[in-house]
Amino acid sequence: MIFGRSERGKPPVEPVTLKILVAGGFGVGKTTLVGAVSEIRPLRTEELLTEAGRPVDDTSGVEGKHTTTVAMDFGRITLREDLVLYLFGTPGQERFWFMWDELSEGALGAVVLADTRRLEDCFAAVDYFERRSIPFLVGVNCFEGSDRYPVDDVRRALDLDPDVPVVLCDARDRGSVKEVLIGVVQHAMAYAAAHRQAVTT
Amino acid sequence: MSGDVQGRSHWFDDEAGPVVRPYAMTRGRTTSAAQHRLDLIAVVVTEPHADDPEADRMLSPEHVDIVELCRDVPQSVAELASELDLPIGVVRVLIGDLVDGELVHVNRPVPPAELVDESILRDVINGLRAL
Repeated sequence: MIFGRSERGKPPVEPVTLKILVAGGFGVGKTTLVGAVSEIRPLRTEELLTEAGRPVDDTSGVEGKHTTTVAMDFGRITLREDLVLYLFGTPGQERFWFMWDELSEGALGAVVLADTRRLEDCFAAVDYFERRSIPFLVGVNCFEGSDRYPVDDVRRALDLDPDVPVVLCDARDRGSVKEVLIGVVQHAMAYAAAHRQAVTT
Repeated sequence: MSGDVQGRSHWFDDEAGPVVRPYAMTRGRTTSAAQHRLDLIAVVVTEPHADDPEADRMLSPEHVDIVELCRDVPQSVAELASELDLPIGVVRVLIGDLVDGELVHVNRPVPPAELVDESILRDVINGLRAL
């Protein structure tokens, strides 16, 4: 770290940072989606679970274990030297809601990744973002072997508001994931504009 | 008896490594007044004058690592936690110490609601398209 230091007096660029969350049930492809567009291998960051998890954590049999860690995978996309977008995969288990609160604060928007074979797995995430007025879109991850339900069927099954975009995607495909993320940002812009209008009228 | 307890507290030495709980690095502190709930994408930037953190005897090796890591390329809290393999809470406390010592400063992210001018979001869209 001491070698290769840039010339003195030239301050480093301090980027503007934004974040988009990637939510959905366990095994739906959140980390795959992050990895498809991230310029770094998805990194893992951990937080120790203490008071927040204690009442619901069933520790019978492992009483000697005092701490649990909750892990989040994240990736980074440097859009410009001074503009960096981070993608955070939310922890799957619902008992980690407290981490969601922390993650979603200041988030630009969210992707709820859905698997049509287990659509109910993303109910909790849809509910969470609706309640907190965080703009989100639903990305239906088209797994091989799963039926391709029309977007309208998914929308109806999830009881989504009409303005919530639903898109088909492939979490492994960079181009597909790019489109999903562009969709989130466009939706966030439209959402903000609609909100401003509602406030002024 | 109390002498026995005191004696035991000195029993572990450096080689005991793994028995040290993560918050031992923060001397048991779990929060830092100034850095409460520092966002995961808040960016830590090393101050230009912090050119020899190792000489500062108040700093732990982990503090020094943060100062060095953020010198050329500012790093987010999440990246630092991952790079140092430490829980986020621990990293927040360490960053708080460094801010107090004026060795680094932290840029908090702009909440999207305050992105008054939408050009940043358009830049994000254009940047994604160009990937």
